[in-house]
Amino acid sequence: MAVIDPVAIKKDFPIFERPVHGKRLVYLDSASSSQKPRSVIEAMNCYYETTHANVHRGVYEIAERATRRYEAARASVARFIGAASPAEVVFTKNVTEAINLVAYSWGRANLRAGDVVVLTEMEHHANLVPWLALKAERGIELRYIPVTDDGLLDLGRLDETLDGAKLLCVASVSNVLGTINPVTELAAAAHAAGALVLVDGAQQAPHMPTDVSATGCDFFGLTGHKMLGPTGIGALWARRELLEAMPPFLCGGEMIRDVRLDGFSTNDVPWKFEAGTPPIAEAVGLDAAVAYLHGLGMEAVRQHERSLTAYALAALREAHPDLVIHGHPSADRRGGVISFVYKDVHPHDLSQVLDQAGVCVRAGHHCAKPLMRRLGVGATARASFSVYNDESDVDALVAALADADQLFSL
Amino acid sequence: MPGLEDLYREIILDHYRNPRNRGELPTPPAYAETGFNPLCGDEITLYVQMEGDRVADIRLTGQGCSISQSSASMMSTAVKGKSLAEARATIRRFKSMMSIHEHRLDGDSGTSDAGFEPDEPAAEAEVSLGDLEALQGVVKFPVRIKCATLSWNTLAQALDHLEGVPAS
Repeated sequence: MAVIDPVAIKKDFPIFERPVHGKRLVYLDSASSSQKPRSVIEAMNCYYETTHANVHRGVYEIAERATRRYEAARASVARFIGAASPAEVVFTKNVTEAINLVAYSWGRANLRAGDVVVLTEMEHHANLVPWLALKAERGIELRYIPVTDDGLLDLGRLDETLDGAKLLCVASVSNVLGTINPVTELAAAAHAAGALVLVDGAQQAPHMPTDVSATGCDFFGLTGHKMLGPTGIGALWARRELLEAMPPFLCGGEMIRDVRLDGFSTNDVPWKFEAGTPPIAEAVGLDAAVAYLHGLGMEAVRQHERSLTAYALAALREAHPDLVIHGHPSADRRGGVISFVYKDVHPHDLSQVLDQAGVCVRAGHHCAKPLMRRLGVGATARASFSVYNDESDVDALVAALADADQLFSL
Repeated sequence: MPGLEDLYREIILDHYRNPRNRGELPTPPAYAETGFNPLCGDEITLYVQMEGDRVADIRLTGQGCSISQSSASMMSTAVKGKSLAEARATIRRFKSMMSIHEHRLDGDSGTSDAGFEPDEPAAEAEVSLGDLEALQGVVKFPVRIKCATLSWNTLAQALDHLEGVPAS
């Protein structure tokens, strides 16, 4: 297996060439959005400079090339996540739109009052609110798999919770705790109970190998800008027969086969779900991002981030015994996400102080307010890693935390 | 680039470490209003006790950063004992101070605040803000303006409610 060299990798990301507040940029917010390698930026620029035209329309040369680039990106994403066919990959704006697509299309075609959707207490709002909206609209029942004190899903009553359910929705990796959830086992249990499985893969796809076929899920969403790609593009993967049976979500051009004044028929999948001109340059950028990650090797990426997380957990505990780190104590059970609360310093204030040292961490509820309530906090600070982070970034965080001590005289 | 000393003035940290008027009041006769900052999860509950036209007592609970908590603490001391009209004037004066800088930011939509009314008259200049002037530095950190204005927007909502019903 290849080994990640973060020092070399950092050189591939132009943003690290610029100081912040006169300091080296220590970017620890990749769970929110990752930085972009030069290859992604150049691929998008090159596309605009040499190729751009609308896709699936023109018969002229550059339109043909644009279409090929766009569909090649779909094929790359399909390979990257282990999909059986590119036809199973629908480009969306992000994972939020991917989940909304499922909730609006599959959900409204298949869920009636009293039908059960199972979620977990650690879901991101993107995997909660679409289902809460459906509950308000349709009267579906929502059940929640609870979270243990050490940040794992409590599967003690799983069979009972899944009994009679139509759908299980779960994040494969928590964006707050970093917890890696056992989605393969969960999918098997859900299928045994007759439920389909939707996996929010926003924090998985950028950080560890993804194989939707092996996982056995039915829907899988990812977001491009968290995986070294541009904003404005993500994807929904779903098994082909599900996509073919689902009614359209957004309607307009491109998603139709025929339109008459009294009706329309839909295009084949996946285009049935891609109304309007899609984000073509963004697809090209995502293709380059997937190529970059594939070049590193996703198993190597995972091992790098696992060992960096283990280093960070140990360094933070040793330097700051008062630090409360949420989630499981072992890096084996978590991705490169560390949420913490530092003494009585509010995470907003902490983040502001760290910023002065060039250290970027997220502060707030991380779009997971129910989980914040479960943890008994209003907010946390969160450091998260990607391929370009190394131990010096963790050291900078540890050192900057001492500045907060000084300012707030704790 | 403004330094942290512009943001974390000593008087602000003092109100943060020793918040004034912390606690609850029985409702009724007091009126309670809760405000949220959806961006960061900060929340504050104000308890406002009127006597006739006067804010006889005010208490607050909630959680948030040093800016939101100290602003709330200072707000409570600024309006306690004031008439409704004086409290309103203080709110306008404070929000005006918080929004001056906003209009100088070129198209930074991330700083817009639905609670602000940019065309409000600046005629409240005669209202002294006292310690609250220390929060002036917050406008150099646009993301934090919402922290500073949370308790003030919540107070405005409470006064709206109270003016809609006869004071006991």
